[in-house]
Amino acid sequence: MTLLNPYFGEFGGMYVPQILMPALLELEKNFVDAQKDINFHKTFFNLLKNYAGRPTPLTLCNNLTQNTKTRIYLKREDLLHGGAHKTNQVLGQAILAIRMNKKQIIAETGAGQHGVATAMVCALLNLKCRIYMGIKDIKRQHPNVFRMKLMGAEVISVKNGSGTLKDACNEALRDWSNNYENSHYMIGTAAGPHPYPTIVREFQKMIGEETKKQILEQENKLPDSIIACVGGGSNAIGIFSEFIHDKKVNLIGVEPGGYGIKTGKHGSPLQYGRTGIFFGMKSQLMQNEEGQIQESWSISAGLDFPSVGPEHAWLKSINRAQYVSITDAEALDAFKILCKKEGIIPALESSHALAYALKLMNMSPEKEQIFVVNLSGRGDKDIFIVDDILKKMEKKHESISKSF
Amino acid sequence: MNRYQKVFEQLSKIKEGCFVPFVVLGDPSLEQSVKIIEVLIKNGADALEIGIPFSDPLADGPTIQKANLRALSQKNNFFQYFKVLKNLREKNTKLPIGILIYANLIYNQGIDNFYLQCRNSGVDSVLIADVPIEESKIFYQTANKYKINSIYICPPNADDDFLNKISLYAQGYIYVLSRSGVTGTENNNILISKNFIKKIKKYNSLPLLQGFGISDVIQIKEAMLSGLSGVICGSAIINIIEKYLTKEDIMLIKIKNFIKSLKISTKLV
Repeated sequence: MTLLNPYFGEFGGMYVPQILMPALLELEKNFVDAQKDINFHKTFFNLLKNYAGRPTPLTLCNNLTQNTKTRIYLKREDLLHGGAHKTNQVLGQAILAIRMNKKQIIAETGAGQHGVATAMVCALLNLKCRIYMGIKDIKRQHPNVFRMKLMGAEVISVKNGSGTLKDACNEALRDWSNNYENSHYMIGTAAGPHPYPTIVREFQKMIGEETKKQILEQENKLPDSIIACVGGGSNAIGIFSEFIHDKKVNLIGVEPGGYGIKTGKHGSPLQYGRTGIFFGMKSQLMQNEEGQIQESWSISAGLDFPSVGPEHAWLKSINRAQYVSITDAEALDAFKILCKKEGIIPALESSHALAYALKLMNMSPEKEQIFVVNLSGRGDKDIFIVDDILKKMEKKHESISKSF
Repeated sequence: MNRYQKVFEQLSKIKEGCFVPFVVLGDPSLEQSVKIIEVLIKNGADALEIGIPFSDPLADGPTIQKANLRALSQKNNFFQYFKVLKNLREKNTKLPIGILIYANLIYNQGIDNFYLQCRNSGVDSVLIADVPIEESKIFYQTANKYKINSIYICPPNADDDFLNKISLYAQGYIYVLSRSGVTGTENNNILISKNFIKKIKKYNSLPLLQGFGISDVIQIKEAMLSGLSGVICGSAIINIIEKYLTKEDIMLIKIKNFIKSLKISTKLV
């Protein structure tokens, strides 16, 4: 019997091999106990404040919105130590692991931000750490691989399947099946079997709590829309959670549209997937007619996942949140604009959320509206990818010019 | 009396353990897979465990994962899988046939529809690798509706609560894990203690089959002597398939010889 409800509506659950059930129940029990323990909260908030650098600012972007009546604020998770919101929940899970007397951490990573955050706290708290990463992601996110190794993590290259986050997740779960007695599996997003979606949301909800306080201070009212990118969905659920009951605030999740939905190369299970069971949970899923899991695609390795956290599937099913998609090209444009206009290099993940905010703004420039975009991470890790793409685009452009 | 009960009863009379080979349907191709299964049946399989290929078999180790991917590369579909299973049933009326599958494949085609097709194809049991007993209610109820046995896994560290629970649900046999982790033959330390087996038997009268890491005759003899009813052997067979992928004749002979030797070792006298 679980202590908490493992489901969000029909989504969620614990779809794992039987061998893992004791590990999940042990984790849930310790999480529930920790939630009631003042010392746990003190330790957590002390680390958030003095190690990670919370609270993060809420920045108004005046240059982006010139000649419109839109006000866009960025919730600056990019300024957190480690460069992304991932640090929040990793600190929570690490002290939970210590509470469970687990000395080793298993993790998976896509873009490497969760891997970096995990390596960071493992170094800080003296935990042994091994991180599974798809071979394709290792190539496209080399700076983060280097960071992880610098901080003492063992990075294990996953060659199975598509060699991306999905396969790294499977491999990490396999490792955990074998080693749960002395290892904690630090899932990087609000997905996977119960209790992870709940744990990750609770350890990310300060993003929303701070945002609410800050926007009320600066605007004296709540925003019209909160916009966040959705891969697994942790930064989005972190900022949404505080506003779920404020029905007038639109909650907008932005999935990666990749090369365009029609090409099939995307990562938008909420809009274009079907309900299914994968990675320990029932949620929306990219799958073929036979129920085999399909490979997702995004320019951003951090969004390249064929499923999504179950709470998002539920929020969509009850029409509380709206989910849209932004293509690679649109995200890239937003990336460049933010660099140029505001002097902030956003992660390619967050660029999807910003791109949708700009799209909404440009559709109704006369409308008075306030948007908060969750800038979930900084883009230093992505500059080489962007550089490559821009160079390729320039070459293509030159060859077209020559042919005329 | 269902097919499992009959087989276990017969084997018990002649003091033999139940030998259950596991292969993935469609590995390396559907045609070859049928030939392999025929070799298994002719050379000592007392029951069959057939894996339905899935893209993300996270309960399985690299050997079975590769078998799944090889099978999937053939682009077969469920219609074909059920057709093969039905043919198998028609040719082997007494042999218990179980399938091992991942939840999404069942969910995707509709739970009711899936179990209906199992019944129509003569499948005796279904084991869902990523559905623990705690999540199994809807699958279990539908399986019962179509008289399909639900197979459950008993981990090596199961406590009294779990043993009590599994005794209420388990049908056919109980799949006792040799160890934690995923399938594969890398780890040879697979002896289940006699005390643990006694403890499971206190709660349950169903036959116990040991799985995970079974790859040689000594292990099987030990399993038989410790009070288990039989063994399930998968990765070791699939290793042979993988090794002789392009040499079908040799592959079938190697499997035949391997299966014969394992089956003989289930004999207690």
